Amino acid sequence: MTRHYSALSLFKEGLFGQKGWQQAWRSPEPKPRYDILIIGGGGHGLATAYYLARTHNIRNVAIIEKGWLGGGNTGRNTTVVRSNYFFPESTALYDMALRLYETLGRDLNYNIMLSQRGIVTLAHSEAEMEMAARTVNAMQINGTDAELFDIEDVRRVLPLLNVSPGARYPVFGGVWQGRAGTARHDAVAWGYARAADRLGVDIIQSCEVEEFIVEGGRCRGVKTSRGEIRAERTGMVVAGHSSHLAAKAGFRLPITSYALQACVSEPVKPVLDTVVLSPGTGTYASQSDKGELVLGGALDRVPSYGQRGNLPVLEDVVAGLLEMFPSFRQLRLMRQWAGIVDVTPDSSPILGESPLPGLFLNCGWGTGGFKAIPAGGTLLAHLLATGNHHDVSRPFDLDRFTRGRLIDEAAGSGIAH
Amino acid sequence: MTAWRTDGGSAVDRSRPLSFTFDGRTVEGFAGDTLASALLAGGVRVLGRSFKYHRPRGLWGAGVEEPNALVDIAGGMPNTRATLALAADGMAVRSVNAEPSAQKDRHAFLDAFSRFIPAAFYYKTFMFPDWHLFEPRIRQMAGLGTVDTAADGPAFAEQVNHHCDVLVVGAGPSGLLAARTAARAGKRVVLCDDGRQVGGSLLFREATIEGRPGAEWAREVAAELEQTGALVLTGTTAFGIYDHHLVGLSQKVEGDASDRLWRVRAASIVLATGAIERPLPFGHNDLPGVMSTEAALVYLRRFGVVVGRRIVVATNNGLAYETALALAAAGAEVTVVDYRADAPSPAGLQVLKGVTVAAALGRGTVTGARLSDGTVMEADAILASGGFTPTVHLFCQAQGKLDWRDDILAFVPGSPVDGVEVVGAAAGRFALPAVLADDTAQEFGIVAAWPKPGARERVWIDLQNDVTAKDVELAVRENFVSVEHLKRYTTLGMATDQGKTSNVNGLALMAELTGRRIPAVGTTTYRPPFTPVPFATFAGARSGTRMNPLRRLPLEREHRAEGAVFRAYGGWLRPAFYGPGVPDERIQAEAEAAREGVALFDGSPLGKIEVIGPDAAQFLDFIYYNTMSTLAPGRCRYGFILTEAGVVYDDGVLVRLDENRFVVSCSSSHVSGVHGLLEEWRQDRFDRRRVFIHNATAEMATLTVTGPRARDLMATLDLDLPLDDVALPHMAVVCGLLDGVAVRIARVSFTGDRSYEISVPADSAAAVWARLRQAGKAFGATLLGLEALMILRAEKGYIVVGKDTDGTSRPMDFGLTAPLERKKVEFIGRRSLATEDAARPDRRQFVGLEAVDGLGPLPMGAHGVEREAGKTRSTGYVTSSYFSPALQRPIALGLIERGLARMGDIVELQHLREIRRARIVPSCAFDESGSRLHV
Amino acid sequence: MQLFPCPFCGPRSESEFHFGGDAGNHRPEGFRAVTDGAWAAYLYERNNLRGAASEIWMHMACGEVFRMERDTVNHRVAEALALGQGGGDDGMAH
Repeated sequence: MTRHYSALSLFKEGLFGQKGWQQAWRSPEPKPRYDILIIGGGGHGLATAYYLARTHNIRNVAIIEKGWLGGGNTGRNTTVVRSNYFFPESTALYDMALRLYETLGRDLNYNIMLSQRGIVTLAHSEAEMEMAARTVNAMQINGTDAELFDIEDVRRVLPLLNVSPGARYPVFGGVWQGRAGTARHDAVAWGYARAADRLGVDIIQSCEVEEFIVEGGRCRGVKTSRGEIRAERTGMVVAGHSSHLAAKAGFRLPITSYALQACVSEPVKPVLDTVVLSPGTGTYASQSDKGELVLGGALDRVPSYGQRGNLPVLEDVVAGLLEMFPSFRQLRLMRQWAGIVDVTPDSSPILGESPLPGLFLNCGWGTGGFKAIPAGGTLLAHLLATGNHHDVSRPFDLDRFTRGRLIDEAAGSGIAH
Repeated sequence: MTAWRTDGGSAVDRSRPLSFTFDGRTVEGFAGDTLASALLAGGVRVLGRSFKYHRPRGLWGAGVEEPNALVDIAGGMPNTRATLALAADGMAVRSVNAEPSAQKDRHAFLDAFSRFIPAAFYYKTFMFPDWHLFEPRIRQMAGLGTVDTAADGPAFAEQVNHHCDVLVVGAGPSGLLAARTAARAGKRVVLCDDGRQVGGSLLFREATIEGRPGAEWAREVAAELEQTGALVLTGTTAFGIYDHHLVGLSQKVEGDASDRLWRVRAASIVLATGAIERPLPFGHNDLPGVMSTEAALVYLRRFGVVVGRRIVVATNNGLAYETALALAAAGAEVTVVDYRADAPSPAGLQVLKGVTVAAALGRGTVTGARLSDGTVMEADAILASGGFTPTVHLFCQAQGKLDWRDDILAFVPGSPVDGVEVVGAAAGRFALPAVLADDTAQEFGIVAAWPKPGARERVWIDLQNDVTAKDVELAVRENFVSVEHLKRYTTLGMATDQGKTSNVNGLALMAELTGRRIPAVGTTTYRPPFTPVPFATFAGARSGTRMNPLRRLPLEREHRAEGAVFRAYGGWLRPAFYGPGVPDERIQAEAEAAREGVALFDGSPLGKIEVIGPDAAQFLDFIYYNTMSTLAPGRCRYGFILTEAGVVYDDGVLVRLDENRFVVSCSSSHVSGVHGLLEEWRQDRFDRRRVFIHNATAEMATLTVTGPRARDLMATLDLDLPLDDVALPHMAVVCGLLDGVAVRIARVSFTGDRSYEISVPADSAAAVWARLRQAGKAFGATLLGLEALMILRAEKGYIVVGKDTDGTSRPMDFGLTAPLERKKVEFIGRRSLATEDAARPDRRQFVGLEAVDGLGPLPMGAHGVEREAGKTRSTGYVTSSYFSPALQRPIALGLIERGLARMGDIVELQHLREIRRARIVPSCAFDESGSRLHV
Repeated sequence: MQLFPCPFCGPRSESEFHFGGDAGNHRPEGFRAVTDGAWAAYLYERNNLRGAASEIWMHMACGEVFRMERDTVNHRVAEALALGQGGGDDGMAH
């Protein structure tokens, strides 16, 4: 039985007809009780279970997922990872994730294909260059890597970019983060799932929460489509459905859910080696290792759980791409899709205990959850294991809204995050 | 070679021969040929190399479902399907993913190692030492076609909006019938079809409808439709159904423009989208020479090409017989291998019954077939028909759900979707009599022939992504058993054909492996576009100046004539400075001259939103942080508008014209936001019959005269109103006439010098400006661009919202606490000013910063820093920084922690890892008493 | 694009509209008398319903603020009500 992944095991299994590969994860029947229950089998939920087992040695853990694991936003995003945020609290959060991503492939024994090819956020005017400088300085002071690029630097990493002074959005320079890049989204989910499963975590798919079990004013577990499951503490990690579940638990959240679209071109040989975001057009783009250009942009500004958007936003995103890269007019759009993103008033996530004691939240990541998966998992695991905040998660508690201490990144780093 | 040209071919014009090159080799054809038909006729069997294993691949199909024959056309677009591209004389065509050619690919050796690189192998290795070491090579191997980086691509596309009663997608027999019925009932109809002519299957299958041959009947119906005013669009693919019945169409156009985008809003939609033939699973079923049975019929009847001389037709259903008979009649030796024991026996046709094809034989091309009973047959082509998959994509995009039909082994539309009807083969009625009589007669008679686990040879499921049955088995072995996991793990269905010929076979195998029925496995989500659509089609004309167009000043021409250099500010194109000369020098000179004499400035983008009515004053008390109802008519007051979170949203001067009439001025970049804010509160909190809002921003130009000699200049104008300081003190407004034009003059200053803001109707702006220019000559009046204005206001410590404020700034951060102390009534954001955050002692406050290290102006974006115990912490940042011509030294403004309590302190500022030093000073650096406002 | 029915103009493209929050989100009055929690609930908490939702929208072209009953899953619009006619003075969500 081959458990470990390596070139050697590929070679061995190649000789023997692939017959020895182990299941990546089991399909266990849910037990009636666990120490900790995690609702949501996306990247954050799977990472939480992994870190509970790996860091806190708590293995009597179950993840319940209403669909198939990794099938929500984790399977729909544009795979960008970065930590080019403005406020020190955000940098601490996203850079924790980026640092964990840097060794994640080896930690999980799963090639997550982390490609630190850099991201450049363009600046289209002197004023935007000033804001770029403000952001670069913030990033350097807060302890992550950043450079202020001038137009020559941008040209070097984006040789096909339209930098003519007559462009609608001329390029003056930008914010560069070299450690940023992309990672294969499915691999992150599957890698965490496999590793968590190996440590004893039960991953239960096709299991939907119907009700919360509340006794003595505390959350004691859930009733699901596959029976009742009780736990000491429960984590809720269900991007796109946080408000829906919160309502079942008797509270509301400062969240509005929208469709976020993304699309890919037909695959072509390499033409784009870094990730680029234009605040002018709102479009951001990268090229996957399969050769497809992966594009994204702004939300469809109509609250929606439909996981689909409409043409106006798609047209804007594509027009933005072609304005940046005229030669990409030779390409065709192959597929478009959308997820549901939970947007908070300050575009920062919510981490901490919910108004229902015993139920802990990790939500509100908006358009930027994928890049934070390792940190979200680490921090929720800490909360679930100890009942308390990690230093990095405390500023993101739900109570910041009552106190007025928002961490408003909208000014910080461009549109989609 | 084995394919050959025969007579006939309804699409081809033999009188117009042409030739093109493929991988450097000359191929001949005729006008009307697709690249695929010409290549087939020309004996080119190997058209490309498969994505992962670089196996030789040939033509499979004749239409959009083609998975193999992708080509790059010089001067065209990469990844073009050879089955859809018309051949043209002189074209230079290259295979994709093959070097130096499809025939001789240098990576062909990879296939020998295929066992070591199965599905998802890349997740199991490349971790040591690091993925980055391997990634460049993998990226180089990935991708299919190549972008010509020196070229631009097709010209931009037209985009058309259209409304109709009925949109019919597909002009085959069912679609034509549906369209005709609707048109005859008086409906406005749009009929679209992705073929070059209407007819669908009638173009290659024999049929008689209403006594006419099928293709002729189709033409007549189309003609009748056009006569009734219906729109018949050929070469047009309906690629997506979106909310509220909006359908996106992509129409091929002549020349090098990209496909035209149609956005069609249809009251109802009829989907007559047909069905796509499935391959049969057998060993080496990807060999060049294995083709779709229906495609062979298309090539025969439309293009006059016979696919081989000794043809095996393998089928599990009755629809293959027309092809078999037609090919035999054309002179090929045909043997039907019918999987059904009770197969028919048409005269003149050899039929082997109840046997299946076990494997295709041959190296690089089909030379034979091995059957399930061990027989080996010679053949140069194997045509496969594994059933038909209704093209339900648009129905599913419209949120339709599918049902599985065991009798036809297909997913068909299930419960109806409002306003969407599915007809014909797309609804599972594959045979023509079934279409016309709406009767699912048993001509079809399919038996299951799904891929089975444990096959000895490789059986291909997804040709484009090189996914075999063994890959599906591997996925199941590793527990990737949901249909989405199967897709993502194996990449089945993720290629440019999006699984049109592979999805059902894949999930049928998955069903068998996991002991489920096919419908229990289900399908993946159907998403637009149905077939790839050019990017340029979506972009339309949105490019350059037509993308998010900048707003233009009424006086743009005049400014250009004066040598203005324009830049974008807040969505407007405005003069940054007036040239010629070195920008920094010009800007300094303008600022200097403005303080010495008089300057003219175009402030037209300034927001001017009128608030009118008996409740206007009370309304504005709610809108503003400041009390405004106490403002006397004819006076102006500076104020903040906050968000409900108590953060500064905009600032500006409120002008009271009379008891019930005010003008809100706001930042030019915030006009629509402020307007929306005013309207929302007006309608949702106040009585809309007693307050009215009117956005006059674009109606009025605002021209400013500023400087110590401003009054003198104004005095030379022919103004029908008093201009003395009693009638018009600072922060007051009067209305009157200038040269007979109605003007409103406010003494409001953004420069710190005496200023007159003259608002006139925009269409009188040119005349008034000319007048001011004329008058200004006597004073050597300078033209003031935006850059110089920014310096002047900075010298005075006047803020620019969005530059000197960030998303957290509150009024107290600017020292403006008095209005709150005095205000009695509710206003937007009031309660938020009493939160814990608002009361924090360490808030960032607006201050001046004076460089003390003699190194010039402080860098923009530099952060105040505190360094202790090896850690650095930001305490704020520089928000504005200039060299001041009035003070002849650098000045700066910023938001610094506790700044207002730290006047005189020296702080360190960090910019790109270098340290600067500055003193915290009052934000107003020039004329602190404000006396120059009254000079 | 989606079509929304402005009570004043009729059906118009979604891009002409601006979402104004939940209908019925009444603004708590009385400044300091309002608790931190009540104010935060008004300012930030959302129903964010999956399915039938009652929302405030503004048609930017004409400025009409109105209530729309809409399904956030299938995107069907049930009706749009002018504030004066049953749309109600339902308080702003801001």
